Amino acid sequence: MTDLWQFLREPFQFAFMQRALLATLMVSVVSACIGTFVVLKGLAFIGDALAHASFAGVAAAFVMGGNIYLGALIAALVTALAIALVGSRARVSFDTAIGILFVGAFALGILIISRQANYTVDLFSFVFGNVLGVGRDDLLLIALMGLVVLLMVALFYRQLLFTAYDPTMAAASGVPVGLVQYGLLAMLGVSTVVALKAVGIVLVVAMLVTPAATASLLVRRVHYIMALGAVVGAVSSVVGLYVSYYAEVASGAAIVLTATVLFLLAFLFSPRRGLVTALWTPVPGG
Amino acid sequence: MEEVAAPSLQLRVEAEEAPVQVRGVWAGYDSHVALEDVSFSLERGSLVGLVGPNGSGKSTILKVMLGLHRPWRGSVRLFGEGPAAGRRRVGYAPQSELVDWSFPVTVEDVVGMGRIGRLPGRAAVRASPWRRPDPEDRRIVGRCLERVRLGSLAKRPIGELSGGEQRRMLIARALAREPEILLLDEPMAGLDAASQHDVLHLFEGLRDEGKTLLVATHDLSCVAGCFNLALLLNRRLVAFGPPSQVFTRDNLNATYEAHLIFLPFEGAVYARHHGHD
Repeated sequence: MTDLWQFLREPFQFAFMQRALLATLMVSVVSACIGTFVVLKGLAFIGDALAHASFAGVAAAFVMGGNIYLGALIAALVTALAIALVGSRARVSFDTAIGILFVGAFALGILIISRQANYTVDLFSFVFGNVLGVGRDDLLLIALMGLVVLLMVALFYRQLLFTAYDPTMAAASGVPVGLVQYGLLAMLGVSTVVALKAVGIVLVVAMLVTPAATASLLVRRVHYIMALGAVVGAVSSVVGLYVSYYAEVASGAAIVLTATVLFLLAFLFSPRRGLVTALWTPVPGG
Repeated sequence: MEEVAAPSLQLRVEAEEAPVQVRGVWAGYDSHVALEDVSFSLERGSLVGLVGPNGSGKSTILKVMLGLHRPWRGSVRLFGEGPAAGRRRVGYAPQSELVDWSFPVTVEDVVGMGRIGRLPGRAAVRASPWRRPDPEDRRIVGRCLERVRLGSLAKRPIGELSGGEQRRMLIARALAREPEILLLDEPMAGLDAASQHDVLHLFEGLRDEGKTLLVATHDLSCVAGCFNLALLLNRRLVAFGPPSQVFTRDNLNATYEAHLIFLPFEGAVYARHHGHD
């Protein structure tokens, strides 16, 4: 018993592990809230794109010696806006607009840092994530941006829900659908930046999508999906950090893989829609 | 704006009071024309069947009336106001095929959405789309659910509804706005006889309360049997009047072109869709 306690306690005796835990928990809550809309509206590609595009901002801020989060935030928001504009005005599909813009922004990021003599670890921690390197300032920024996102979702929950469910009807009811959709994209941009340091650009989309998708297999109302998604994300974070500590593997990848395993479990054994569950449930007659 | 032939005083008074006034509307998508010079007006307490084949512009005219689709020419007046202002007095139910039935919300949630947005005849606070729901909203939602006999299914996820229940839920959401005008896009498609009877009874009740209902439907016999007026649309307005007068062979031919078979029977003409239902 004491062995188990020791096993569980040991990693979190270190300040950097405590900070990592706090950061991933906050990321889990924020990502689940926005991720629910991402899953329901099929915005995963945009989420991924915004994360990649934020690299341009990271690189620019790095070269100019500015705040890297701020750079990432600006790049993500500009890209979100550009995607919405190009997708709605130009005669290219939304998917194509996303594909063009995010790769362009990412390439710009690479271009900028390729001028630098030394690619430091700090910069690459944004690409692959380095939650163990989260400092106090990082924590504060994650908390601040996360709060903004949560506040917006709480305030405009009904409008977001109505617009996501039935944009035509929402527009007919006088809800400013365009504004709500831009707002959601902007919040998505902020959320990807919140998750950047924890799991890195490449894995951000997993934090947005996987926990919320897992929850959507288990519960059937939007706010329950958000809540359960946050729990799934939190459990993945804790388990992932233990795995990372004891197996000495990258923490971001360990967290994401844990979430993936949880998703697969829900996919197979969800009481209502599980693949395996279905085998045991008799098909309702008629 | 279309110039209308010199309006008499009589006409002008009517224009201010008519719940619905559509004048010379041309509309379409890209270069495809969906509506050609459509004009009509609807009075209070009328139950109007909007009839026409697929692609005849039924959904488009409803969207133009809601201000969701901008007409190329012509105008829409709802109680004398443009669609953007007038639609707060309108309840709209889209075709149920256009609704995402896998979305994780309950029947009550969806009907409650009918309470969001600008509502008529209340204090300014109530008019805000950002207003939070209050007990009165919940009472109205409950009442609307009872009216379409979905009271017992309020907490049900929408994905578990039958086709008939889905359509009744969309009607309840339109009713939740406490509208004076109801625009319903194929609310009776796929209903069984019992639900259809219920829904028609509801429509008649609403009409008798003085509401104006414009109901897009493929069910001609229903319109002939229960509706005051029929509006035959095939991009242009083919005919508009009491069903007994406008359901003539010529009008139906002009509306449905080659898509109908006509069966003369005991002095009446019965029409049947080709490849429909």
